[in-house]
Amino acid sequence: MTSMHKTKQWIVFGLAAALLLALPLFAAQFGQGWVRIMALALLYVMLALGLNIVVGYAGLLDLGYVAFYAVGAYLYALVASPHLTDNFESLKAAFPNGMHFPIWAVVPIAAAVAAVFGMLLGAPTLKLRGDYLAIVTLGFGEIIRVFMNNLEYPLNITNGPRGISQIDPMHLFGFSFGQPFTLFGHEFPSVTLYYYLFLVLVVFTIIISHRLEVSRIGRAWMAIREDEIAAKAMGLNTRNLKLLAFGMGATFGGVSGAMFASFQGFISPESFTLAESVMIVAMVVLGGIGHIPGVILGALLLSALPEVLRYVAGDVQAITGGRLDAAILRQLLIALAMITIMLVRQRGLWPAPEHGKAAPAAK
Amino acid sequence: MSKNTSDIVLEVKGVSKRFGGLQALSDVGITIHKGQVYGLIGPNGAGKTTFFNVITGLYTPDGGTFHLGGAPYTPTAVHEVAAAGIARTFQNIRLFPEMTALENVMVGRHVRTHSGLIGAIFRTPAFKAEEQAIARRAQELLDYVGIGKFAEYKARTLSYGDQRRLEIARALATDPKLIALDEPAAGMNATEKVVLRELIDQIRRDGRTILIIEHDVKLMMGLCDRLTVLDYGKQIAEGTAAEVQKNEKVIEAYLGSGHKAH
Repeated sequence: MTSMHKTKQWIVFGLAAALLLALPLFAAQFGQGWVRIMALALLYVMLALGLNIVVGYAGLLDLGYVAFYAVGAYLYALVASPHLTDNFESLKAAFPNGMHFPIWAVVPIAAAVAAVFGMLLGAPTLKLRGDYLAIVTLGFGEIIRVFMNNLEYPLNITNGPRGISQIDPMHLFGFSFGQPFTLFGHEFPSVTLYYYLFLVLVVFTIIISHRLEVSRIGRAWMAIREDEIAAKAMGLNTRNLKLLAFGMGATFGGVSGAMFASFQGFISPESFTLAESVMIVAMVVLGGIGHIPGVILGALLLSALPEVLRYVAGDVQAITGGRLDAAILRQLLIALAMITIMLVRQRGLWPAPEHGKAAPAAK
Repeated sequence: MSKNTSDIVLEVKGVSKRFGGLQALSDVGITIHKGQVYGLIGPNGAGKTTFFNVITGLYTPDGGTFHLGGAPYTPTAVHEVAAAGIARTFQNIRLFPEMTALENVMVGRHVRTHSGLIGAIFRTPAFKAEEQAIARRAQELLDYVGIGKFAEYKARTLSYGDQRRLEIARALATDPKLIALDEPAAGMNATEKVVLRELIDQIRRDGRTILIIEHDVKLMMGLCDRLTVLDYGKQIAEGTAAEVQKNEKVIEAYLGSGHKAH
C-alpha cells in the first residue's frame, strides 16, 4: 500500500520534472522572450518562498524584502564586473584580470551577506508588530535603495542611478551560462541555461523551506506567529528566533538577487523599488500564505501575468484607439485580478489544507 | 508526605512589588513541596495575578528571594522561566490556534530539545530521532490529558474544555518542576469544573507539583493541599483548606466585616 503510494509519488515527480525540463525547449519555438519570462518567474518563486519564511512562517510582515534582493544583486555586480577595478587602483592591482567570481563562491557569499543584512535590519524591529513592523521594514527597504542610488560620492561604489553594467554571466569550472551550449547536436541558448540554473535553485529552495516548515525551528516560528506571549511562556527565545527568520528569508533574497544581476548583465536601483517589495508580498498572500505550493502558484501567476498581458494588451489598445495603453491596461487587469481573488478566496488561491473539521465536543 | 527541606519545589520569601503609589504585594512568601497542589486565592485586586506574574518573570519584584528545586531562581526574561522549570497556562486560554493539537504540544518540547537549522535542512539522523521523540512524547501527553484522538485537529476547533486540557498538556511538555495554572476554571460550567478537577487530581497523583490561582473558592478548598490567601497585597492566611476556612481575616476579606461565621 505505502510502497504503491511511493511509486505513484515518484511517477508524479518524474512527470513534473520531465515537463519542467522540456518546457523551455517547447516555449523557445515561440521565441526566446517566453523562456526569459519563465526564467524570471522562477526567480520570483525563489523570492516569494524566501519571504514566505518571514511572513508566512514567523508572521512578520516585511515590506522591505526587496532590500535583500538588492543586496545580493549589487554584491554580485560588484564582484563580477569591471566597475570596482575601474574605480579603485588597489583593487585593480589585486585583480589585474578583473574580478570574476564563480557561482560556487557567489551563492554562499550572497546568501551570507544577505543573511547578515536580514538580521541587521531585523534587530531594531524585534519589538514591533503588525502595522508598525510593516512600516519600519518598508522604510528600511527604501533606505537600502536610496543608498544604492547615492553611494557614488566620494567613493564610487554603486555608480548611483546609472547602475552597474557589464556584469559577468554566471560561470562554473569554465562553463558559462552566458554562451549557447551544444549538447547532442541541440543548441541550448543562454536563457535556457539560466532557466535550468534557476530551476535547480528553486528546487533547493522548496526542499529547504519544506524541511524548515516541519522542524522544531519551523514550529517555533509558527508558534510566534500564532501567539507571541504564549510562545515566550513556553520558553521560546522569540528574539533569536525572529532574527533567524529574518536571516533565513534574506538568504534566498540575496541568492536570487545575485542570479538576477548575472541574468540581466545590468542592474540599477530602479529594479529594487517599493513596488517590487509589494509585489512579492502580494505573491505570498495571493497564493496562500505559509503554504509552499500556494506561494509558488502566486509567484508564477503574478510574475508571468503581466508579461502575458503585454501580448494581449496590444489588441485592446488598438480597439480603444490607443486610449488604453499596454502599461495602464496591465496594471488595471492585475489590480482587478487581485481584488477578485481576495474577495472570492480570502486565504489565497491555494491555502494550506484545513485538517480541522470542528472537533466533536468531549463527552 | 514528609515536609523536609529537600522536597521543596518553590520557595519564595519576602516578595514586594509596588506600582507607583500602589503596594501590590508586600512581603509575600510561599513554600511549595513536591507533589502538592498549592492554591492562591483572594478577592479581586488582592495581588494574585501580580504575584503570579512575578513568579513567571513578567514583572521584576522590588524585593524577595526565590529558590526553585533548591537552586536560586531569578526570573528575568519570560522565556527563561520555562527553561528553569515553571510552565504556565493562561486565564484566557492562549493556544496556537492554527496549529494542530499535536503541534501545540510539540512546541512545548522546544525548550527541552536542541536541533537547529542545520539539522533540519540536512535531515541528520540526530534531527530525525529527536523529531520522532518529540512527536511521541506529545502524543503521550495528549493521551494523558484525554484528547489523544484530536491530535490532528487544529487547536481552535477544540471545545473550551479540551482547549484547557491542551494547554495543560503543552505546559506538561516542558517537563516542569512546577505547573502554574492561572484561573483554570474561569468560564467553565459545573460539569467542566468537575472534569478539570479530576484532571488536576490525576496530575497530582503522578507526583507533579501544581500552583493554582483561582476565584472559585469552593473548587480550591476541595482541591488544594495548602492555600495562601491574599488581600490588598498582604498574605492574610496560609495553611490547609480547613485552617484557612476558619481564619477570621479570610472570612472578613471575603464576606465583609459585618459577617459572623456560623
